[in-house]
Amino acid sequence: MITPTAIDIIRTTPAFAQLVARRRKFVVCLTLGTLLPYYAFVLAAGFAPRLLAQKLFAGSAITLGWPLGVALIVGTWILTGVYIRRANSEFDDLTTRIVAGDLK
Amino acid sequence: MKRGIRSVAATLAVCAGGTAFAMPEAAGSVQRQPLNTTAIAMFVVFVLTTLGITYWSASKTRSMKDFYNAGGGISGFQNGLALAGDYMSAAALLGLTSMIFFNGYDGMIYAVSFFVAWPLLMFLFAERIRNLGQVTIADIASFRLDQQRVRTLMAFGSLTVVCFYLVAQMVGAGQLIQLLFGLRYEYAVVVVGVLMAVYVTFGGMVATTWVQIIKAVLMLFGATLLAVLALRYFGFSLDAMFAQAVAAHGTAIMLPSKLVSDPFAMLSLSVALVFGTSGLPHILMRFFTVPDAKAARKSVFVATGFIGYFFVLVAVLGVAAIVIVGRNGIFYEGGVAGGKLIGGGNMPVMHLARAMGGDLVLGFLSAVAFATILAVVAGLTMAGTSAISHDLYAMVIRKNRADPRKEKRVSRVASIAIAGVAIVLGIVFKEQNIAFLVSMTYSVAASVNFPILALAIYWKGLTTRGALLGGVAGLVSAVGLVVLSPAVWVKVLGHSAAIFPYDYPAIVSMSIAFLCTWLGSVTDRGARAIRERQRFDDQFIRGQTGIGASGAASH
Repeated sequence: MITPTAIDIIRTTPAFAQLVARRRKFVVCLTLGTLLPYYAFVLAAGFAPRLLAQKLFAGSAITLGWPLGVALIVGTWILTGVYIRRANSEFDDLTTRIVAGDLK
Repeated sequence: MKRGIRSVAATLAVCAGGTAFAMPEAAGSVQRQPLNTTAIAMFVVFVLTTLGITYWSASKTRSMKDFYNAGGGISGFQNGLALAGDYMSAAALLGLTSMIFFNGYDGMIYAVSFFVAWPLLMFLFAERIRNLGQVTIADIASFRLDQQRVRTLMAFGSLTVVCFYLVAQMVGAGQLIQLLFGLRYEYAVVVVGVLMAVYVTFGGMVATTWVQIIKAVLMLFGATLLAVLALRYFGFSLDAMFAQAVAAHGTAIMLPSKLVSDPFAMLSLSVALVFGTSGLPHILMRFFTVPDAKAARKSVFVATGFIGYFFVLVAVLGVAAIVIVGRNGIFYEGGVAGGKLIGGGNMPVMHLARAMGGDLVLGFLSAVAFATILAVVAGLTMAGTSAISHDLYAMVIRKNRADPRKEKRVSRVASIAIAGVAIVLGIVFKEQNIAFLVSMTYSVAASVNFPILALAIYWKGLTTRGALLGGVAGLVSAVGLVVLSPAVWVKVLGHSAAIFPYDYPAIVSMSIAFLCTWLGSVTDRGARAIRERQRFDDQFIRGQTGIGASGAASH
């Protein structure tokens, strides 16, 4: 278990503050990056369906909505990859330092 | 218009829950199909394999920790596959393709809605849950709050979700077995109930995980094979496929159709799916099976990738079925295309399998669909069992001083009892319209488990009183509003008009839960509340860094 003094030490160290602040900002951006396009898509389907039924290009049978749905799936999956990349390097490095007691 | 909304909700129920029906006209009893020996043989092979795995898992399951979370020894990739297996339900395959087959683009909107929950799980929950809990989500909610009361509340939240979802799956299994294997409904319910109890009782989390992994691989293989065969039919040209689909079905398939009738219903439904998924105990508990936060995030990345890939395949299969199945009279009763589909509204993808690969591919896909239900109910039983034996018995009744042997016995009794209840309810609900069960599952998960978990992890101000108030308010409003919704009030109770217009009330009940939790917490000035807020720092540091979190495998 963590002793109260250890908690106080970790809480007040720059490395921990850095980890928390950077991760929070990153996670907020990624969450918005997922939810905003998704709800824009849902609202478009609800209120402006014709927008999604446009032809992809002249002469194409495929309409905009299908690739858009696939793009949402692939795009948000890529965001999870972006998160992992940074978490595995920067955030894990910071965490290792904090756990090891290197708190500067 | 009303009917449109309801049928959309019913179709959605299919996708989420594993019930066998996509179209309202199919509700009621299904016509049993001729005996399908290929499918039965393949399914028997699956069952024998999984029983072998259960035998092997039993030898690896020594401690209770092994039983609950495989000793934390599942790798990130394996857990990712198992998570994907949990989410790629039989109904996602049958229901979503059927939805595209009948309603075109609407199916794509649902696919995206089901998917979006996963990135959010990654960003907000996966690592924190791994760092803060050991066995159940109640560990996290009660980390700094009252062990007795908050844990009891969360255990009941989980059990409610598990129970509703299990019954939906049981009924789905019964209907599927008639359609796909040509066997009796009751056989399916009993076979599924007995097998899930065997997996969980003897093999614990190790067996449950491997059943999921095998099933996920089979499902991905089957869907890929079928998609390639279907695309070959169109000369691997998506444009040709869509052009023929429009020719077969009209341009209406390219438009969001039923959803347009009520955007608010769509919004409420999407809230239930997106946030309900983050409150499903059988999904969240999978994060305890990996050694650390790094493996937890890898598992979500892997799961999200496979689930996304699967949904894209499903879209291809749905559009292909419009042409290949929709224009072919042999798949319709009376032999006339456009009439009533043989076997009912959920069959397009199965007919597509037969058209593309004959009885062999059809048999394979049928066996996979049924294996899928088995894997999902095993996960649900595991979640229900740990809520009973870990939360209620070991932590609440025995106050964390339970004798492991007695706890083991309680877990066995619990898993067998859950299976018994599921078998009985599965048979009781045979002829019922069970669309509401799925709405209930997601609404309760989004209104009880999710808000308390999210606030416990992220909000320092949360106190025991707030959590109890919000949890009870969420549970009562979610269950109450589902009862007042068309799915129960009209379809089950037979009233002419619903008191609450939307089948998925999560947008309302989740807001009520958050509001009550907040109100109950900020007005809580007791000494206990002050202590609970002080302990947030300890929890916060552990959640962020993993310091003090249980380590890797204990054996």
